[in-house]
Amino acid sequence: MLALDRVGKTYPNGVHALERFSAEIRPGEIVAIIGGSGCGKSTLLRAIAGLDRASTGTVTLDDVTITAPHAKIGIIFQEPRLLPWLSVADNIGFGLTDLPAAARREKVARALARVGLADKAKAWPRELSGGQAQRVAIARALVPQPEVLLLDEPFSALDAFTRRDLQDHLLDLWNDTRPTLVLVTHDVDEAVVLADRVLVMRPRPGRLFEAIRINLARPRDRTSPLFENFKRHVLTSLDRSLDRNVPDADPKTMAGEAMWW
Amino acid sequence: MAMTVELPALERTDAITPPASPARLRRYARPALGLLLPVGLALFWEVWVWLGYSNGRLVPPPTKIFATVMELAKSGELSRHITATVTRVAAGFGLGVVAGTILGAISGYWGLARQLLDPTVQALRAIPSIAWVPLFILWLGIFETSKVALIAVGVFFPVYLGVMGAILSVDRKIVEVGRIFRLSGPAMIRRILLPAVLPAYVVALRVGLGLGWMFVVAAEFMGASEGLGYLLIDGQQLGKPAQIVAAIVIFAILGKTTDWLIELASAPLLRWQDAFGRQSGAA
Ligand SMILES: Nc1ncnc2c1ncn2[C@@H]1O[C@H](COP(=O)(O)OP(=O)(O)OP(=O)(O)O)[C@@H](O)[C@H]1O
Ligand SMILES: [Mg+2]
Repeated sequence: MLALDRVGKTYPNGVHALERFSAEIRPGEIVAIIGGSGCGKSTLLRAIAGLDRASTGTVTLDDVTITAPHAKIGIIFQEPRLLPWLSVADNIGFGLTDLPAAARREKVARALARVGLADKAKAWPRELSGGQAQRVAIARALVPQPEVLLLDEPFSALDAFTRRDLQDHLLDLWNDTRPTLVLVTHDVDEAVVLADRVLVMRPRPGRLFEAIRINLARPRDRTSPLFENFKRHVLTSLDRSLDRNVPDADPKTMAGEAMWW
Repeated sequence: MAMTVELPALERTDAITPPASPARLRRYARPALGLLLPVGLALFWEVWVWLGYSNGRLVPPPTKIFATVMELAKSGELSRHITATVTRVAAGFGLGVVAGTILGAISGYWGLARQLLDPTVQALRAIPSIAWVPLFILWLGIFETSKVALIAVGVFFPVYLGVMGAILSVDRKIVEVGRIFRLSGPAMIRRILLPAVLPAYVVALRVGLGLGWMFVVAAEFMGASEGLGYLLIDGQQLGKPAQIVAAIVIFAILGKTTDWLIELASAPLLRWQDAFGRQSGAA
């Protein structure tokens, strides 16, 4: 269980980026975080990843407090962040150094095949398309078999077609080992197609506005009326989150939602 | 009319040449194009002197320079002078690179060290390096040590700046990848920082080497009994322009060759760079 308990973050320059963000995310759950620009989504994700420390509150994974990057937590950024001096295969194997070379090679080969890039093993990152590079980044993050995978707008730099392709692919990969996914996105469609739960945030300071369960069986049909309904729900919530006249939800009901599981 | 006759002939040559040929032609054509001007000028001057339009005393024709080189080579003088100069450059370059790399790395890596060290280094850099010559002679004597020191000073600054700048500009996003995979300090240096700074480091080495060759001349001007710089001074004092030009040509060849050696040695490590970057780097 990944538990966020009243996580807050004030940057050294005084920006109050995040305030008392609480949520409990059960193993294997897919949670999408959505909200206006600058509402602290990346800040939250970086705190979970252990890249930046929260100013207040705690992040715990199975009762271990996260203060630094953790072996069971992986992250994928908006950019692939491949190491340009390593081949595609070596990039994927980057986090596997404790394994003997043969085992590493085998895992890498399997991961490459799994993301459909077996023929690119020896290519340099610069020789990949944006979508291929992001696939490699996904493979690199998944190959150590994290329990939690964080994704910060992983597909936002891709064209609509590639994005859909990768969303489906991500779900497919998720099905292998069912890690917890926490996905930051600006794309309502993406949130609804992937997530079990959509957390809507509101800005200044960044905080939870509404949690929306997406009770839709997978695979989800993007054109079904039910899907449209959920999209509308999320969109409405987003609009309301940006409206200063709408008060914050009652903390008690918010806590209730977080405890839903 | 003439056009219509020529055109089919041209087309036929194209058809006969194997497909690989245009690429190969381009590969050799480019350096050949660059040689056109110097070779043309040399030829022109050779012919000009041969025809008696100039006596070629102050500007000796190529054959005279070549003869001078051969003469020096035969007497064993040439290899003695080249060895002396190359030894000085190698020693000064080695010292300058080691010092520049270590201090540059420290300044780049630790903010506190940078604040302590960098202002002083920058201030010293503002001094024209030749200005050190009298002091070095007083401190280190007129012989090899002061010469090597001067060359090392010349090499030090570009290497120091290159290494520090390269470390400072390592992409924070890439460093974060290392953090996510929980690399230890040494592993972070070996697996992220070193490969990331390597391209800039190679450039710094090449700039440093260029300055090393520059400063060896200055060092050998300040009183040497051997070396290519000595040949220059000797040629001036005894009025032997052919010897001066010969020394200059040898300098050019040595400088280009050593630069090429660095490029060659680093090429396998920089294969990952964009082909575009490599081309403009080599040009
Ligand atoms: N390193 C930092 N130092 C100071 N302030 C920061 C830093 N990073 C982010 N902020 C501020 O914190 C707030 C939240 O930033 P954050 O990057 O978390 O937003 P976000 O929700 O991810 O936005 P976007 O959707 O545009 O990516 C913003 O006001 C931003 O200016
Ligand atoms: Mg962000």
